[in-house]
Amino acid sequence: MTYTQIAVLSVGVVVVLDLFVFRTRMVARKAFWASYAIIVFFQLITNGMFTGFGIVQYDGAAIIGSTSPTTGPPPMFGDGRIAFAPIEDLLFGFSLILLSISLWVLFGRMGISRTPVSGPPLWRRRVSSRTRD
Amino acid sequence: MLGLPSNLAYVGVLVFVLAGSLWLELVLRTRVFARLPRLLLVLAVVIWPFLLWDAYAIAEGHWFFDATRITGIYLPAEIPLDELLFFLVIPIASILTIEAVRSVRSWPVGDGSDEEQRQVAQS
Repeated sequence: MTYTQIAVLSVGVVVVLDLFVFRTRMVARKAFWASYAIIVFFQLITNGMFTGFGIVQYDGAAIIGSTSPTTGPPPMFGDGRIAFAPIEDLLFGFSLILLSISLWVLFGRMGISRTPVSGPPLWRRRVSSRTRD
Repeated sequence: MLGLPSNLAYVGVLVFVLAGSLWLELVLRTRVFARLPRLLLVLAVVIWPFLLWDAYAIAEGHWFFDATRITGIYLPAEIPLDELLFFLVIPIASILTIEAVRSVRSWPVGDGSDEEQRQVAQS
C-alpha cells in the first residue's frame, strides 16, 4: 500500500475506534476540534521544518506529490504538499492526535488518574481565591 | 541549525514542540503530569501502531531520513530513535493542548471528570 492509502485508512480506523469501540466520541466534541485547530497550526510549522530542511524525505511513488528533491527543499505549496510536507502527513498527524486524545479520555473514564482536573488558569486562580477568602 | 550539531536537527524540532506545549502545565494548570499513570498508559499504547506503520513505511521506502540530521541511534526495523521520541512528544503535546482548552473553556470530553472540571474552572 502507498502512504496515501495507509494514511486514509488510518483516519478511518481511528475514527471508528473513537466513535464505536472506545465510544469516546471526540470527533463530535467542540473541545476536540478547538484543540485540533491549535495543534494543526503548529503541525504545519513542525512538518515544514522536518521536510523543508530535508530531515525527512518522501518517495514520489508512495505519495500524491513527487519524490523529495536531493538538492534543496521540496515545493512549499502545490505538488501534493502543504508547508513543504506531503498532505498525507496531515492525515497521519490527525490519526496520531485523535488516537492519543481518545485514549486519554478512555483511560480517564476507566478511572485511571481521572483527577486532578485541569484549571483554573493561573490568571483566574488569583481572582477566585481572593473573592473566596 | 542554530550552530548545534546537525545530528540534533530532528530532536531540535521536538524541543520546539515541547517548548510550545509544556508551559501549559504551569500557566493553564493542565495537571497532565499530575495524572502520570494515565499519561504513561496512553503513551505505552499509542506508540505501537505508529511504530509498526513507521517500520513498514521505512521498509517500503515511503519515507527516509537524512542520516546527518538524526541522532544515528536506531531501534529494530531501522527505526531512528528520533521517531520514537516523536511518537511520545506529539501525544504529550496533544493531551496538554486539550487539557489547556478545558482549563479555559470547560467543554465536556466525557472522561468522567467533566462536572468536577467545570466546578474547578468556575471556583
